[in-house]
Amino acid sequence: MSALIEKTDLSLRYTIHYNKVKEQFLRESPLTLNAPRDKAFCDFVSQGIPTTENENYKYTNLQPQFSHEFKFAHQPEKVEQYLNEKFNCDITQLDTQIVFTINGWYCQRNKKYELFPEGIILCSLKEAVMNNPDLIEKYYTKLAKTEEDPLVALNTAFAQDGYFLYIPKNTDVEKPIQIINLLKSDEDTYTTHRNLVVIEEGANIKMVLCHNTLNNNKYMSNSVTEIYVGTNANLDYYTIQNQHNDSSLLNFVFIQQEKNSKVTAHTSSLHGGLIRNNLKIILNGENSEINVFGMAVMDSSQHIDNFAQITHTKPNCQSNQLYKNVLDNFATGVFSGRIHVMRDAQKTNAFQRNNNIMLTDNATMKTKPQLIIDADDVKCSHGATVGQIDEEVLFYLRTRGIEESKARLMMMNAFVHEVIQEIKIEVLREQINELVEKRLNGEYPNKK
Amino acid sequence: MLTIKNLYVSVEGMEILKGINLEIKPGEVHAIMGPNGSGKSTLANVLVGKKEYEVISGEITYFGDNLLKMSPENRARKGIFLSFQYPVEIQGVSMVNFLKTSVNEHRKYRGEKELTAGEFLKLMREKMDLVDMHTKLANRSVNEGFSGGEKKKNEIFQMALLEPKLAILDETDSGLDIDALKAVAHGVNALKTPENATIVVTHYQRLLDYIVPDYVHVLYHGKIVKSAGKELALELEEKGYDWIKKENGN
Repeated sequence: MSALIEKTDLSLRYTIHYNKVKEQFLRESPLTLNAPRDKAFCDFVSQGIPTTENENYKYTNLQPQFSHEFKFAHQPEKVEQYLNEKFNCDITQLDTQIVFTINGWYCQRNKKYELFPEGIILCSLKEAVMNNPDLIEKYYTKLAKTEEDPLVALNTAFAQDGYFLYIPKNTDVEKPIQIINLLKSDEDTYTTHRNLVVIEEGANIKMVLCHNTLNNNKYMSNSVTEIYVGTNANLDYYTIQNQHNDSSLLNFVFIQQEKNSKVTAHTSSLHGGLIRNNLKIILNGENSEINVFGMAVMDSSQHIDNFAQITHTKPNCQSNQLYKNVLDNFATGVFSGRIHVMRDAQKTNAFQRNNNIMLTDNATMKTKPQLIIDADDVKCSHGATVGQIDEEVLFYLRTRGIEESKARLMMMNAFVHEVIQEIKIEVLREQINELVEKRLNGEYPNKK
Repeated sequence: MLTIKNLYVSVEGMEILKGINLEIKPGEVHAIMGPNGSGKSTLANVLVGKKEYEVISGEITYFGDNLLKMSPENRARKGIFLSFQYPVEIQGVSMVNFLKTSVNEHRKYRGEKELTAGEFLKLMREKMDLVDMHTKLANRSVNEGFSGGEKKKNEIFQMALLEPKLAILDETDSGLDIDALKAVAHGVNALKTPENATIVVTHYQRLLDYIVPDYVHVLYHGKIVKSAGKELALELEEKGYDWIKKENGN
């Protein structure tokens, strides 16, 4: 009963706020963004802010986050001088085309990329709806269903801006596109990020996403990104999460893949108080392939929750999932991986693995690898391990003159190396390697 | 160099070594032989500081210092090396990274300049030749996917890089074919100097055809029951361990 009251109380604040800002949304936002709002908000209210009684949020308690009185970022934050290309998420040598979002808003001072091959669109979502209403209409909210998750519903109800990326048919974008999501505010702030990516048939693109905070206020970000990957298209999608430890990131990424497409989604979580990565993938065409990699190094009382769902709807598709966590101090980790092989998806290959190292007795890990198989001719495997540093290996290294602390570090590095090596952009791989090494070594403290 | 006095060691509450006395001087090769379960590996492991092996009483001094007070890494840096009976696989740690770190930790301890990547690779190639180790192995993770013979060669290769004062070879001959055995023995012999000493722990006499000991000790029920010259190994080969067992009442 008390849980019910709490739920009502917490969403009430958002209801009052929604009614207050609805007028502003209707006035300022284009129709495509406004049309789904009311239904989305109803879906949010009927589901409520998720409690741990919700199976999908069983081990990630968001009640404290939603109890906090955040300001809402309904206006773009003013951009100052320092937001130039020098801010690079500690990835200094990566040659990318950089754009910024601030508190979810596409930064209007972003450079216009003249060098892009013709037809590429990289702009604010709001602007995209004005210029290409049909294009956005076709894709917006089609993957991120508001009735399936209250937080997606809340995002859709509050959505005002984000980035929009469009890669036309058979276009190779050689330089990776780097999107740096910054949080900056004078007050504790709740931000809504709404992004859309459309990759047409035969196109190739690499994206690098960074999540960072610019100052010490508390933040809660609700980010929803819908990505469509056309026939024969390739996408590499790298995410680096580096917000300060007083921030919470609710990061939803939806990907739908068509025939012969190939996607690699790779996430490195280093800093951030609470991170929930919701990755939902639909393999919607034959011979499509998805590789999902996640790596987290967590300490103090950080919380990482990777929730990955892959649905095989067509035959001859392949999916791989590998998530590795190193948890120190009081850090908590959650992994829920769900592979659903539907009846028509014969000859599916689906593999899933989650390995965790706990460095203290106080760290906890909940892992739930799941397989749901409705087809009969498939190859699937899943597994999870939770363990400590291997003492035999540690001893071996020490007998070779290597200091215990250094030996531990080598072993932790080796543990996450399996995930890092899957980064196909060499410079990025080396830099992440370096950051992780520093992070494990305590030389890369939280910026707060 | 190494003096062991009246050493008692237990593992998980079970007494394994029951009063070992041993004196090793620079330049000497000692073979420790004995039937399975006599405590040979325990002796090897206690010398490198494996914590599961609890020293109940007795002492070990190494160049006059109390060895039992030193951490495993400091024992290594002071020149004690164990060639493991079962070398571990270390997924994700490259051979080069591991060996370079190890060599440089030793150098740092001795107050020498650390080797650069280039200098190290040169040294590595030189030492690989010594044990006839395939260079392709240098690009792998430590011992990962190595055959039994390759793992043992890798131990001797590390010994060649670290140039220990006291090398302990724990059943280095087990699982080796004759060519690998010769290569391993060749490496060990090539590293021999008048300043360093070797302890060869083995069940069989075979390895001692190639690494010739100055002394042979027979370990039985946690005690050294017989010590003699190299001829003792041949006698054991001929007669087995039964006569030792009989002489010592079991």
